Amino acid sequence: MKFAGVLVMPAGFFLSIAALVLFPASNAAARTTFVLCGLGVEALGLVVAVRGHMEARGNSRQ
Amino acid sequence: MTSNVQPAMTEATFVLVLVSLLLSPLAIAGVALINTGLGRSRSAAQALLGNLAIVAVTTIAFALVGATLAGPMGGVGHVFHLSGKPWNWLGTGPLLLSGLASAPAQTQLELLFEFLAVALAALIPWGSGADRLRLTAGCAVAAVLAGLVFPLLAHWVWAGGWLSQLGGNFSLGSGFLDPAGAGTIHVLGGLSALAVVWVTGPRRGKFPQGGFATAMPGHNAVYILFGCLLALAGWLAFNVAGAVLWVQAPLSALPVAAINTLLSASGALAATFAVTRYRFGKPDASLCANGWLAGLVASSACAAIVTPVQSLVVGIVAGVITPLLVEVLELAVSIDDPSGAITVHGACGLWGLIAAGVFAPLGGQLIAQLVGIAALLGLMLPFAYLLFWIVNRFVPFRVDSDGERIGMDLHELGGGAYPEFVIHRDDSYR
Repeated sequence: MKFAGVLVMPAGFFLSIAALVLFPASNAAARTTFVLCGLGVEALGLVVAVRGHMEARGNSRQ
Repeated sequence: MTSNVQPAMTEATFVLVLVSLLLSPLAIAGVALINTGLGRSRSAAQALLGNLAIVAVTTIAFALVGATLAGPMGGVGHVFHLSGKPWNWLGTGPLLLSGLASAPAQTQLELLFEFLAVALAALIPWGSGADRLRLTAGCAVAAVLAGLVFPLLAHWVWAGGWLSQLGGNFSLGSGFLDPAGAGTIHVLGGLSALAVVWVTGPRRGKFPQGGFATAMPGHNAVYILFGCLLALAGWLAFNVAGAVLWVQAPLSALPVAAINTLLSASGALAATFAVTRYRFGKPDASLCANGWLAGLVASSACAAIVTPVQSLVVGIVAGVITPLLVEVLELAVSIDDPSGAITVHGACGLWGLIAAGVFAPLGGQLIAQLVGIAALLGLMLPFAYLLFWIVNRFVPFRVDSDGERIGMDLHELGGGAYPEFVIHRDDSYR
């Protein structure tokens, strides 16, 4: 689960980069939204990775 | 391949930056003392020797490999084209620092800055792995950071890479701004600390079955607090040197950058002091130290950009974030981070980068900062985690349970830091 979360994070990065490539500078609102969506995907991946870490800790508490 | 034009530097500026960089190891000394003080007494000598060894390993690894990949600001770089724009992603500096003596003065100073920056970045995960991370593993982590991870980011941010070119290529302010390494040093170090903690696991007895997390306070508050004072001197030097080298600040702007650094740290300390006093009835010394450091970290991104009042606000927010997030990570998320590095360097470094975008006068700067943050979280954290996971297969990070029980000093060095002290039984081992 931790690996799955970590693998999701680069997808968020490429979404942020896509914002720069797809939208011109004049369309700042769309750019901002896309970049924020990319960060949101990264945050989601981080949450999944952290959940995976918590589950692993729960199984090995001593 | 492409090259970037490098601005000229006057003799007075050269001397000022050189003197600043010669003072900046005080930041390394401060962080080393804080790392040691926040660990246990039975691991103190190993912790401080580890700090020293990590500085040595990063220096050698960066000289052998890292400096080539980072490349100088005015040098050439590997570029691919996407959507008609150049993406400079990897530097091509001279091999093994050849020709350094005849390089321009600014190039030499930039390289010195990067040597010191990578040493500071590699100390951050060492603090998070305290009391269970083996010395050889700490050195392996430092070598990976200095040889592969840091040079990539340093090239992108400081040496004409794609993040620094966001302004020219995509009309995003001045490109990603990180004058003193809030992202390149501290967020990278904080995310590496998270990766190290994920790979290593918590200290034995930290999260007992069917109970709350065990409190394992640092063994020497004097080291921690004196480390904060040393770090202030080093941070002032780093922020002044970085402002000149990476954002070409004029000499007249440097006193403001120094005052902003002090204001940010002071605001953060005041905020952490107030929050811990409210939460626990009395101010907490180690959390206040973390708050002070968090203010310094946040100032690394914006001391050369914001006004004094804005810098105070940046520090206050960092000081509020620190005690709350340290508690959440330990109690809610089961992350054992003895030095609080993930919060102090990771989270507060991210806040500093955002603040630089919010308070910068140029339009589009916030988006540039967010894209930089996306690169840190989306590429650097997975990359560091993957590399550390692989390294752990060959150089196990975690000491065995017997070593953890008797302490890292006796286990790894054969002698303790305080041989005349009686070591008492630790109630956390149940």
